[in-house]
Amino acid sequence: MNLGVGSIWIVIIISSFMGAVITLQTAYNTENPIFPKYLIGLGCRDSMLLEFSSTVVALILAGKVGSNITSEIGSMRISEQIDALEIMGVNSASYLILPKIIATVLFNPLLTIISVVVGLLGGWIIVIITGVIPAGDYIFGIQYAFIPFYVTYALIKTVVFAFIITSVSAYHGYYVDGGALEVGKSSTRAVVYSSIAILFFNVILTQLLLS
Amino acid sequence: MIQVRNVSKVFNSVYVLKNISVTFEQGQTNLIIGQSGSGKTVLLKAIVGLHDVDEGEILYEDVVFNKLNFKEKKTLRRQIGMMFQAGALFDSSTVEENIIYPMDMFTNMSLDEKIERANFCLKRVNIENANHLYPSEISGGMKKRVAIARAIALNPKYLFCDEPNSGLDPKTAIVIDYLIKEITEEYNMTTIVNTHDMNSVMEIGAKVVFIHEGEKCWEGTKKEVLHTDNKIFNDFVFANNLAKQVKNIH
Repeated sequence: MNLGVGSIWIVIIISSFMGAVITLQTAYNTENPIFPKYLIGLGCRDSMLLEFSSTVVALILAGKVGSNITSEIGSMRISEQIDALEIMGVNSASYLILPKIIATVLFNPLLTIISVVVGLLGGWIIVIITGVIPAGDYIFGIQYAFIPFYVTYALIKTVVFAFIITSVSAYHGYYVDGGALEVGKSSTRAVVYSSIAILFFNVILTQLLLS
Repeated sequence: MIQVRNVSKVFNSVYVLKNISVTFEQGQTNLIIGQSGSGKTVLLKAIVGLHDVDEGEILYEDVVFNKLNFKEKKTLRRQIGMMFQAGALFDSSTVEENIIYPMDMFTNMSLDEKIERANFCLKRVNIENANHLYPSEISGGMKKRVAIARAIALNPKYLFCDEPNSGLDPKTAIVIDYLIKEITEEYNMTTIVNTHDMNSVMEIGAKVVFIHEGEKCWEGTKKEVLHTDNKIFNDFVFANNLAKQVKNIH
């Protein structure tokens, strides 16, 4: 619940503002009469779909969910709860980490879809509030030249990023050694390493899937 | 009976246990004592298999525990109960759920049977009406008792306690010590207690093993503690003035 449902609100808040800002920035930087207004909607849609809803949301979740996983498992390690599981014959790594990986890999694609929808809504609301372009042009733009594979691309990236966030964070929590200070340091390390891994795999997946 | 034969353990090229051999008898409270950092916790964790030993053997009766595979170890662990230093109770589970947990792992008991057994164990450690409390809602002494209740939930043959009275006031510490002793004798268990508390040694130590810098330095009964000539052991046991006066009286 903490990993998936607990992240819905932060994803909604961030995505709505991202959609609004992308729309405004695109509108204010393309004030050319030969540039069709509906392309602003298209720009918002593709930006959200290709990059923001998968990669940027994954980076935010690396901070929120990743640190949560590391500190939870790390606290269990330093308070010997993991040793207690081992004594009871439980494969502690599998018992503690696998459900988290499955949960995020299954739920994060839903977060990405929510992010895209809310981002587009954010763009639409800002268009209505500011009148920067006609709302009809925006609606037309987000439907124009839609490539369904972009959705698949975003979801594939999300699944890979979800695996990276959970596995890197769980590793740093599981192998923490020391006390509360080391748990804090491990949480920071987990966020940094998983963020770098996300950016790295973003390049690789983009080249593989869009080339 | 548990036998430790020529056990050594190395961390980062440093020997933390050096060629330790000792036998822990059934039906009595065996104590491992030593200074902080002497290697007693590593020895205890090596005996229960939480640390792999680099040399030597650990025998439960005639079974060489450190040569078993995961499944075989799991079968033997059905007979092991362990109480950790800080209790190691699962924070997200209630007292009752904590005690039921090993039964979930090792038995096919029905939920009613498990609750009945949990209640019996809690009553045995003198805790009542705490079934639905979380570890964060109970005192340090109660946590230790719940940890003992969880350790005896499966009626184990072997009981291990890592510093059971650390962080407790002297009165509660003695209550916990006697609880361990009573349970050991009642169920005829092989109990190994890790401690640096000399009160525990004098109260419940049927057999005492002293570890110093990773080596077994002395072993004997609590009666022999007062009459040994081992200087390192005496320096540890009679470190404070009260203990020195007791030694002089004897």
